[in-house]
Amino acid sequence: MQMQTDLLQEARRQAEICNACRYCEGYCSVFPALHAERAFSEGDLTQLANLCHNCRGCYYACQYTASHEFELNLPQALANVRQDSWEELAFPRAAGKAFQKNGVLIAVATVIGFALLFWAMRALASAGGEGFYAVLSHNAMVAIFLPAFLFPLVSIAVSLRRYWHHVDAAPFRPAHLVAALRQAANMKNLKGGHGDGCNFEDEDRFTHARRAVHQAVMYGFLLCFAATSVATVMHYGFGMHAPYGIFSLPKLLGLSGGVLLVVGCFEMIRLKLRSDRALGAAGAFGGEVAFIGLLGFVGLSGLALYALGQTALLPAALAIHLGAVLAFFLLTPFTKMAHGFYRLAALTADAGRRS
Amino acid sequence: MTPPDIAIIGGGNAALCAAITAAEAGARVLILETAPKPYRGGNSRHTRNFRCMHHGPLGPLVDSYTEEEYLADLMKVTGGKTDEGLARLAIRTSEECLPWMQEHGVRFQPSLSGTLSLARTNAFFLGGGKSLVNAYYRTAEALGVQVEYEAAVTHLELDDDHVTRIDYTQNGKTHSITPKSVVVASGGFQADTDWLARAWGPAAKNFLIRGTPYNRGIVLADLLDQGIEQVGDPTQCHAVAIDGRAPKFDGGIVTRLDCVPFSIVVNKDAQRFYDEGEDVWPKRYAIWGRLVAAQPDQVGYVIIDAKSLELFMPSVFPPIKADTLEELAEKMGLPAEALVQTVTEFNNACGDTSGFHPTELDGVSTTGLTPPKTNWARPITEPPFYGYSLRTGVTFTYLGLKVDERAQCSIGNRPVANLWAAGETMAGSILGQGYLAGFGMTIGTVFGRIAGKEAAAHANAN
Ligand SMILES: Cc1cc2nc3c(=O)[nH]c(=O)nc-3n(C[C@H](O)[C@H](O)[C@H](O)COP(=O)(O)OP(=O)(O)OC[C@H]3O[C@@H](n4cnc5c(N)ncnc54)[C@H](O)[C@@H]3O)c2cc1C
Ligand code: SF4
Ligand code: SF4
Repeated sequence: MQMQTDLLQEARRQAEICNACRYCEGYCSVFPALHAERAFSEGDLTQLANLCHNCRGCYYACQYTASHEFELNLPQALANVRQDSWEELAFPRAAGKAFQKNGVLIAVATVIGFALLFWAMRALASAGGEGFYAVLSHNAMVAIFLPAFLFPLVSIAVSLRRYWHHVDAAPFRPAHLVAALRQAANMKNLKGGHGDGCNFEDEDRFTHARRAVHQAVMYGFLLCFAATSVATVMHYGFGMHAPYGIFSLPKLLGLSGGVLLVVGCFEMIRLKLRSDRALGAAGAFGGEVAFIGLLGFVGLSGLALYALGQTALLPAALAIHLGAVLAFFLLTPFTKMAHGFYRLAALTADAGRRS
Repeated sequence: MTPPDIAIIGGGNAALCAAITAAEAGARVLILETAPKPYRGGNSRHTRNFRCMHHGPLGPLVDSYTEEEYLADLMKVTGGKTDEGLARLAIRTSEECLPWMQEHGVRFQPSLSGTLSLARTNAFFLGGGKSLVNAYYRTAEALGVQVEYEAAVTHLELDDDHVTRIDYTQNGKTHSITPKSVVVASGGFQADTDWLARAWGPAAKNFLIRGTPYNRGIVLADLLDQGIEQVGDPTQCHAVAIDGRAPKFDGGIVTRLDCVPFSIVVNKDAQRFYDEGEDVWPKRYAIWGRLVAAQPDQVGYVIIDAKSLELFMPSVFPPIKADTLEELAEKMGLPAEALVQTVTEFNNACGDTSGFHPTELDGVSTTGLTPPKTNWARPITEPPFYGYSLRTGVTFTYLGLKVDERAQCSIGNRPVANLWAAGETMAGSILGQGYLAGFGMTIGTVFGRIAGKEAAAHANAN
C-alpha cells in the first residue's frame, strides 16, 4: 500500500510538536499512545489517526494553531491520514478510492441499487407468497442479498488484516477486543477527557450533541440489523414467515431502530453542516454527508415500507428500500461506514499496546 | 453600549478571574484585551498548571500540601526575597481556588507524563492554559461581561487618588471611557525588548520571549510614570534556556530543552562555563537562562552523544546530528578544534560511570575539571553526536505595581481609590526573585478574584 507521504509528513510534524507539549494528554486515547513514541512510523501515524474521532478538543485548546508559525491542526492532520488509510486499505483498493470522498458516486450507486431491484421484481416475478414476498420471492431476495452481505464482510476482513499488519499491532487477544467494545459501546472518547463532550458545532463550546447523535445512529442501525437477523432466524429456525404483526420482535426492533436511525442521521448532517470543515479531512465532506444521507434513507424507506405495506405502493416502496439497503451493504467497506471497523481495530490494538 | 462599572485591562487569567468575580457581584464589566481573539489570553494561554495548597486529596491532587511546606518551597527559590504576608494569603486562598475554577469551567487532568514529580503540588489544566482561557471567556460572556478585542489601552488619567478616564485604541480609533473601578491585569513588559535592553544592556536584544508578544508594559509604564507605587527592579525576570531555534515570541512550552544534565554545554568559543549536573533539571531549569545570557552573543550549545538521546523528553526541533565531533562543530558553527579539545578534557576527567542514574543525583562526577560536572558525568564518545543551541527565553518580568492584601494600588502613601492590579503585573509584590512552578497562575487567580471583588464593591457603592 502507498499512503500519501505529504499527509503522513504533516501528521508527523504535528505529532512531534504535541509530543513536546503534552497539554492535551487527557482528552482522548490518541495522546497517551502518541506520547509513548519518540519517532512516528507510517503505521504509528495510521494507528493514531484511527484512534482520533475528530472531537476537536485539541484544536480549540491548542496555543499553536495558525497564524502561529507551528500551524497546529491535529484533528485535520489525523483526519487526512485516516481518510487516506481507509482508501489505501480497502479491498479492492480501487473501490475505496472511488467512493470514500465521492458523494455523487454514492448517490449513483444507490440509484443503480433501485434500478436493480425494480428490474429484479420484473424479471424474477414472485410465484405467490405473502406481503413482500408477493413482490419478490424470498429465494430471490436471498439470492441477491446473501452475496451482498457476505462480500462486504470478506472485504472488511481483508482490510482489517491489512490494518493490523500495517500498524504493527501486538498479537490479537480477545480481552483487548472486549475492552475496545466496551469503550465503543458508550463512546467513552466522545465524552472528552472530562465528560463534557466535544467541540463540534460551536467553536470551543463543549456539548454532548455529537455523542448523542452518534449513539442514535449506531444503536438505530444495530436495532434495524437485529430486526433483520431476528426475522431471518424466525424464518429459517421456526418457519415463521413474514409479514409479521406490529408487536412482533422484528417489527418492534425495526420500528424503533428505524426512527432512531432517521433522526440520528438527520441531526448528524445538521451538526456536520454547522461544524468547521477545516478541521476535518480535505475533500471528504461530500462523501461523508452522502453516506449519512444513504444510511438515513435506508431507515426512512424502511419506515415507509411499514406505512405503505398494505397499499398499491408496496412494490415501489420495497424496491426503493431494498435498493438502498443493497447499495448500503455493498458500499460499507468503501464509505464512512468502514470507520466503525477500523476504529474498533484501533481501540483493540491500543488495548494491546497498554497491556 | 451602556458605560461599564468596571474596566479590566488585559484578557489573561488574572483579568478573567477579576471579570467573573465582579460580574457575579452584579457589576457591569468590560474587558479590554489588546490581542485579537485568536491570541487572547496573554501568557496564560501557554500555562499548564497551578500550584495549590490542600489538606488531603483535592481534585487531581494527591496527599496533602500544607501552607508551611508551600511557603518553604517558595522561600527556597526566592532566597527569602518574598513578602510573607501576601505569599501566605496567596497560598492559603489557593485551596478554595481549585473548586472555584472547576465551577467556572476549568477542567483538570492527572499530571502529564514526564511531570509526575508535580502530582502532589500542581493541578494540571486539561488541554492547557488556552482551554482554561476559553472556558473563562465562555463563563464571563454568559455572565454578561463585554469583551473588546484589539483594544489597546494607552493611558489612564489620574486625578489625585482617582483614575478618572481610560484611553484605548481600537481599529485605529481612540476611545475614552470613565468606569467607576479599574483593574489592571495586563502582564509584565517582557515583549518590549527595548525596555529589556534598557535594563539589561544590548544583550537583551538576543533574548527570546517565551510567551505573548502583547505584554509590552504600556499600562505599567504609564502608571509608573505618574507615580503609582512600584515594586521590583527591571532586571528581575523569570528566564530559562530554550532551544535557540525557537521563534522570537510565543514559542511556549515546546521549545524547552531537558537535556542539559546529560550533556556538556559550551559557549560559542566551545568552552564550558557551568556545572551541567549541579542538580535535577526541574531545580536548575530556571538558572540556565541567566547563565546563557552571560555568555558571548547570549548563546550556548548543548552536546550529547547517542547513549543520552532518549533520556529526556523530546523537544520540538530535532537535534543537529553528526558522526564526528568535528562535523558537529561545523554544523553548529563552533570552532572544531576547540570543541574536540573541550570534549577530550571532559572525557578524561570522567571516572567510574557504573553508578549512572538518569533521574537521581548519582554523584557520577568529573575530577580535576573546572567547572566540574558533579552528576551524570559520562564521557561523550558514542556517535552519532547531537547538538542543540540554547538561548535565553524570558517568561515574564517582575517589575510591577505594588499592591496590598486587597490588590489595591497606591500613590504616595495612599491607596488609589479605584485602581486594583492582579497577575503578572503585580507579582513582584510577592516574589522579589526566583520562581516556583505554577505560582504565576496562583497569584493571578487569587489576586484576580480579590481585585474583582473589591472593584465591584467600590462600583456598587458609588
Ligand atoms: C511558556 C509559558 C509557560 C508558563 N507556564 C506556567 C504554568 O504552567 N503555571 C503557572 O503558574 N505559570 C506559568 N507561566 C506564567 C504565567 O503565564 C503567568 O504567570 C500568568 O499567565 C499571568 O497571568 P496574567 O493574567 O497576569 O497575564 P497574561 O495572561 O499575560 O495576560 C495579560 C493580558 O494583558 C493584555 N494586555 C497587555 N497589554 C495591554 C494593553 N495595553 N491593553 C489591553 N490589554 C493588554 C495581553 O494581551 C494579555 O491578554 C508560564 C508562562 C509562559 C510564557
Ligand atoms: S494539540 Fe497543541 S496544545 Fe494539544 S498537545 Fe498538541 S501542541 Fe499541545
Ligand atoms: S480531535 Fe479529539 S480525538 Fe482527535 S486527537 Fe484531538 S482530542 Fe483526540
